[in-house]
Amino acid sequence: MGGKTLYDKLWDAHVVRTEADGTTLLYIDRQLVHEVTSPQAFDGLRLAARKPRRSEANLAVPDHNVPTLARAEGILEPFSREQVKALDRNCQEFHITEFGMNDQRQGIVHVIGPEQGATLPGMTVVCGDSHTSTHGALGALAFGIGTSEVEHVLATQCLIQKKSKNMLISVDGKVGPGVTAKDIVLAIIGEIGTAGGTGYAIEFGGEAIHDLSVEGRMTVCNMSIEAGARAGMVSVDQTTIDYVKGRPFAPSEDQWDKAVVAWRELVSDADAVFDRVVRIDAAGIQPQVSWGTSPEMVAPVGERVPDPDQVADPVKAAGMRRALEYMGLEAGTPIGEIRLDKIFIGSCTNSRIEDLRAAAAQVQGHKVADNIKLAMVVPGSGLVKLQAEAEGLDKVFLDAGFEWREPGCSMCLAMNADRLEPGERCASTSNRNFEGRQGQGGRTHLVSPAMAAAAAVAGHFVDIREL
Amino acid sequence: MDAFTVLDGLVAPLDRSNVDTDAIIPKQFLKSIQRTGFGPYLFDEWRYLDHGEPGMDCSNRPLNLEFALNQPRYQGAQVLLARDNFGCGSSREHAPWALLDYGFRCIIAPSFADIFYNNCFKNGILPIVLDAATVDDLFRQAAANEGYRLVVDLPAQQIRTPAGEAIAFEVDGFRKDCLIEGLDDIGLTLKHVDDIRAYEERRKAEAPWLFRAIR
Ligand code: SF4
Repeated sequence: MGGKTLYDKLWDAHVVRTEADGTTLLYIDRQLVHEVTSPQAFDGLRLAARKPRRSEANLAVPDHNVPTLARAEGILEPFSREQVKALDRNCQEFHITEFGMNDQRQGIVHVIGPEQGATLPGMTVVCGDSHTSTHGALGALAFGIGTSEVEHVLATQCLIQKKSKNMLISVDGKVGPGVTAKDIVLAIIGEIGTAGGTGYAIEFGGEAIHDLSVEGRMTVCNMSIEAGARAGMVSVDQTTIDYVKGRPFAPSEDQWDKAVVAWRELVSDADAVFDRVVRIDAAGIQPQVSWGTSPEMVAPVGERVPDPDQVADPVKAAGMRRALEYMGLEAGTPIGEIRLDKIFIGSCTNSRIEDLRAAAAQVQGHKVADNIKLAMVVPGSGLVKLQAEAEGLDKVFLDAGFEWREPGCSMCLAMNADRLEPGERCASTSNRNFEGRQGQGGRTHLVSPAMAAAAAVAGHFVDIREL
Repeated sequence: MDAFTVLDGLVAPLDRSNVDTDAIIPKQFLKSIQRTGFGPYLFDEWRYLDHGEPGMDCSNRPLNLEFALNQPRYQGAQVLLARDNFGCGSSREHAPWALLDYGFRCIIAPSFADIFYNNCFKNGILPIVLDAATVDDLFRQAAANEGYRLVVDLPAQQIRTPAGEAIAFEVDGFRKDCLIEGLDDIGLTLKHVDDIRAYEERRKAEAPWLFRAIR
């Protein structure tokens, strides 16, 4: 028998019981809760007169609906206000710790979990949100669940699951200068497609992945779901351990050494067997720009918008034609000639401090181009915002003409007031470019923070390697 | 949850691949804190010509007559025919809630996104994966024959066509039983509470840091 993969190890350590057909009761160490997918779960508990099994294993935060401006005035939009209030009420009633909207630690759920050390290597982490895969960057098994499952975890601290298959995506060698974690993951999705990871748990490995900081690994794992996989993860190394050390909910002094010993085991064995292995040459990856309405519709910045007439598969070609029509693009247009209306730097993919530093470096000493109607930076959490301000990054952005906002999901999904108007074109550091994602009729191009910032200055996409 | 045994339902086609959860139920409707009432807003951006907002009365909104579900022949459909990677995108359970509220109990596609697939079972909807050629054929039949119905027999794991053809499908045994009996997962899990407690005790000894309270 072969050795175990990282996923096998994480899975095996959390099995409470398994039925003959493989249906498993899996123990969940940490649940993160936000306002959109939890109200019906708490209602379910109340209806059945149930209580959370371990209320202290949950951490709640409002993020999707919160305003990014004038927060002291509260939420003006009545539905959003009611949803955030419902979260406050539910957390109080069920004794769950919540970082409320005006808490300095508030932020996007996937940013604050690792930031607080609330999500750790070796944990099973869930949240009613598909980008929960982000936490896999720490060597955890983390995946998104629906509201019924949120309720199930609250009531039982477990989930009924079947094991996924194992996939290794190895990014071999080193990336070139100007190529970031976001470009790596967009290139991966371009390669395997949005359904390429369906049914698999993905381990991201290889030199280029382990060269990334933990924040960069989060960017990669974050978009596992865009590749069809519920979970993405990176094995533990010294970088992981250094990242966790000293965080508020990390193991206390007396447990730290023991924890580190356990975490060092969180790597795939040399003879582990994967059901599928994809190898990607890091040196071949270039800065990416999405041109369509699916995250697999990406191209290197130096290339042109592809031509559906050159595609043999008729279903695929039809999908491309619809995407181009929605995006208002002509096949053959050089990516560098695509002019933009708005710039959004934020979201759980790219709103951590390193992302803001990378963006600020492009902006420093420049002004946002005249054709850009709005360029905004939305830090991932209140603590990221504070850190950035301590480094003077807010000034760099403000001086260039960017807006500097309060933390939250913001224009990643436009549930609050931040959104695109019909036909507006946006360079966005978020993760989804679906039709209407950033506002009805809005056109989203997914890019890295540095690429978004450089595009703000130029007014169109530019290859940051040529600046 | 309503049990699912045998469904004899009208079929409606949705001929697009990669239909994401935001297309199924746009995000502005996620602000509801209820589980029901999403049906009128299902596929809102495709179904109506104006922009939908929560709480809107949909009875006099302008319909997009090109959209399949608006055609008179598909009114009252309970079986949705779909393409590859149906339900991709977010984990929102509002997507199956909206489909259910509209009246769909069964979705047939060549592939589904994982979380969506799972969420369907929790809400009494049966998602069925069939190979692409079979799905293609069903699309042709549904287009050619007005009033095209399918009998979806979950206990027998079989779809029966009006022409008398039987198409077998796969479904996980555990999920099948839960659906047939309309069982509540939480109730089932709580039967194993002793196992959960034993696991917690063992684990707490091994890795106490996992149990540090978030307070
Ligand atoms: S930032 Fe975007 S993708 Fe991330 S949790 Fe918020 S809405 Fe979802």
